Amino acid sequence: MLQTNNLIYSYDGQQVLRFPDFEFVASQHYLLLGQSGSGKTTLLHLLGGLRAPKSGEIFINDVDIASLSQAELDRFRGKHIGIIFQQSHFVRSLNVQENLILAQQLAGMAVAKDRIRTLLERLNVGHKLYAKTDNLSVGEQQRVAIARALVNNPTIILADEPTSALDDTNCTEVANLLEEEANKVGATLLIVTHDGRLKDKFEHQITLEDQLNKAL
Amino acid sequence: MNLLQLSWKNLTSKPLAMLLSLVLFALGVGLIALLFLLNTQLQDKFEKNLAGIDMVLGAKGSPLQTILCSMYHIDSPTGNISIKDAKPFLRKGHPLIEAAIPLSLGDSYKTYRIVGTEPEMLELYEAKIEEGKVWEQVFEVVIGAALADREGLKLGDNFFGSHGFINDSELEHDDVEPFEVVGILEPNGSVIDQLILTNTQTVWAVHDHEGEAATSSDSTAHAHHAHETLKPLLEYEDKDITSVLVKFKARNFQTLNMPRSINENTDLQAANPAYEINRLYAMIGDGADALRVLAFVIIFVSGLSIFISLYSSLKERKYELALMRVMGASRGKLFLLILMEGLLLAVLGFVIGIIISHVGMELIAGVMQDAYRYAFSGTVFLKEEIYLLFGALGIGLVASIIPALKAFQTDISDTLSEA
Repeated sequence: MLQTNNLIYSYDGQQVLRFPDFEFVASQHYLLLGQSGSGKTTLLHLLGGLRAPKSGEIFINDVDIASLSQAELDRFRGKHIGIIFQQSHFVRSLNVQENLILAQQLAGMAVAKDRIRTLLERLNVGHKLYAKTDNLSVGEQQRVAIARALVNNPTIILADEPTSALDDTNCTEVANLLEEEANKVGATLLIVTHDGRLKDKFEHQITLEDQLNKAL
Repeated sequence: MNLLQLSWKNLTSKPLAMLLSLVLFALGVGLIALLFLLNTQLQDKFEKNLAGIDMVLGAKGSPLQTILCSMYHIDSPTGNISIKDAKPFLRKGHPLIEAAIPLSLGDSYKTYRIVGTEPEMLELYEAKIEEGKVWEQVFEVVIGAALADREGLKLGDNFFGSHGFINDSELEHDDVEPFEVVGILEPNGSVIDQLILTNTQTVWAVHDHEGEAATSSDSTAHAHHAHETLKPLLEYEDKDITSVLVKFKARNFQTLNMPRSINENTDLQAANPAYEINRLYAMIGDGADALRVLAFVIIFVSGLSIFISLYSSLKERKYELALMRVMGASRGKLFLLILMEGLLLAVLGFVIGIIISHVGMELIAGVMQDAYRYAFSGTVFLKEEIYLLFGALGIGLVASIIPALKAFQTDISDTLSEA
């Protein structure tokens, strides 16, 4: 479960962004819509603990991540939050499997190669286990990124425009896979996007502009 | 996969950049280590061969040459001195002199010098007979360990010496009796390992005979050298020797002034080994210093190259560093990761450098042995090399600390929003 209270973020201590209180129920999937610059990426980064709010609380599994120290937050994020970005980045000197092993280790989890293999196979990139990440297509990269976000069975999966770089076929596939895999691990899935192709797929939809207007 | 493995993979994923830093680092370390090795072994050689000798008497000329010739056997004599002139010092019972040992040089065997001297020479260098006995008769010789070892000479072997210090069969004294090996010395690490020792009369006999052979064809010449009862050296007043090695009973004001008074009042030249060797060090030292500066410049440049390659790699790796944070790595971990890459390069460069220097030393040793009459070795390790390791680690640390700090400060959100 993910919940925010009185979340306020400020750019350079000047511009202030007030977010309404959100409550995302466990195992449900949400689509967070909004135009560029509406603050949706900022919200996602706040929820993922990548950025610190000016004030307010963010509860994930009853832990207020806004109150954690930097190192505690890093550890918490690795364990409980899976994040997928618009463009996937990898540790380039490592192959696909090693990247996923690194994700397990950095989160302080035991290395489970079986889990990695089955995950990649379900995402149709099982044959890329030993490939260098630079040699993957964009669609394959996004699948591996999903595998990486899921490898530690997170409570929350945050996805920032996961499909906008993909063609229609890949878009549908990746969206389906995300949903399926989130269901399998019982995670709350929150997709931030302005990709209209996803609108029909998800039942819970929040448009950020409306919400921000309300809060002001 | 731990941080060390990850930094190793990061380094090897860019082999060319790694190679450049490594080669530079190894070159710098190798050069410095080689200088250490050479310098230490040379000094060791010079000091060992001082053998407590306080003064060398020779013919007038360059005092350094006198020392190099009579103590290190790497230069030619300045000339000869007569027994008559040397007598006051060679005579037993001089109040200041503990030992005075005459040397007669001029011949060699396969570049090993033949030295006509007295048995006290062995005591001076603390040399011991391993096999056989000390020379007694003319043409009996005791050989240093290197001759037995490298030339395979054994007790009872005979050989001819040749005139001068080069290996030339044209100059061989094959018209006289051959030398006979009657003793072999234990290896002792000093110049004596490389010498052929005999009595002074043998050296004279070889050259006197030359004179006789030129004027007459008296073939009975051999006979009267053999088993002749030798007179004490001092009775051959009209004969020459090359030099005298002098050891004082104690160093005091009188012995300090002795060389100067000899130089002013006699036809001899007195040279002070410690003084001349220090002068030599000072001369070699300038060259060694220049090389050392060069080596440090190379190391500095290699440190710079590590810094630049790490720093520029950060630019293309900022996403993956931010990503590692997303995956749960703390800022400290990223800091360590980059630091370790620098340190890995430094340690690896150090190891390669040390290997280069020791292999290089081993290669040089062969050449040096002939030139300096001293066995050099590439298998000797010095404690300075440990200091060099710390120095290398220091450079790795300094070169990587700024990139590591930059990695530490990576702002995850800003970096990932840029993409």
